[in-house]
Amino acid sequence: MKLKYFAWVRERIGVAEEEIALPDGVGTAGELIAFLKARGEGYAHALERDRFIRVAADHEHIGHDVSIRDAREVALFPPMTGG
Amino acid sequence: MARFHVEVLAETLDPAAWLGEIAPSEDTGALASFIGLCRGDGGRLEALELEHYPGMAEAKMAEIAQQALERWPLFGLIAVHRSGLVQVGEPIVLVAAGSAHRDAAFDAVRFMMDFLKTDAPFWKREHLKGGSAGPWVEANAKDDAARERWH
Repeated sequence: MKLKYFAWVRERIGVAEEEIALPDGVGTAGELIAFLKARGEGYAHALERDRFIRVAADHEHIGHDVSIRDAREVALFPPMTGG
Repeated sequence: MARFHVEVLAETLDPAAWLGEIAPSEDTGALASFIGLCRGDGGRLEALELEHYPGMAEAKMAEIAQQALERWPLFGLIAVHRSGLVQVGEPIVLVAAGSAHRDAAFDAVRFMMDFLKTDAPFWKREHLKGGSAGPWVEANAKDDAARERWH
């Protein structure tokens, strides 16, 4: 699965995108965030306010309780501030 | 279905040139537009840096435009949004809609802007006077409230 990060989530993690193999037991967007938080200091810092983090699966906004198992690309980012 | 055009621009956004893209038909009686500019915030800022999610940003803009076209009788609708560094005074976003009457044109532009703010994946970062990169702009709860009134 391809993961993409944007804005301060990207800066704190230190990469814009990466490929990961989703471990068993990680089914939803929320579980992905919890899994990533344990991967290191940058991840933990980026995702510390985890309820605040927005998730998109294959370019669609999804809630933290939604499955990401079938997604090819999942993006994590802060609330949007365009316009 | 009326035509629409959405685009993310890496270079200068020239509103006059884009407004010409909504070629008024004989039945167009109203053309409404909104231009969002980079403001200096009392001399504090030099520019805003716009980051976006390529692919999803365009897809979301198109989706919002489709919803506007289903909701109001429009002859044309455009939404153009900058990416990259936007200097104080320069346009960040342009939305314009053409319709027979002004209510539909005004409402469609406002709808498009309200949903762009909350649903299109763009992020702003401040560049302070003097050249240093400042903080990322925080999301505004008022923007969520503005979106809600269309439900």
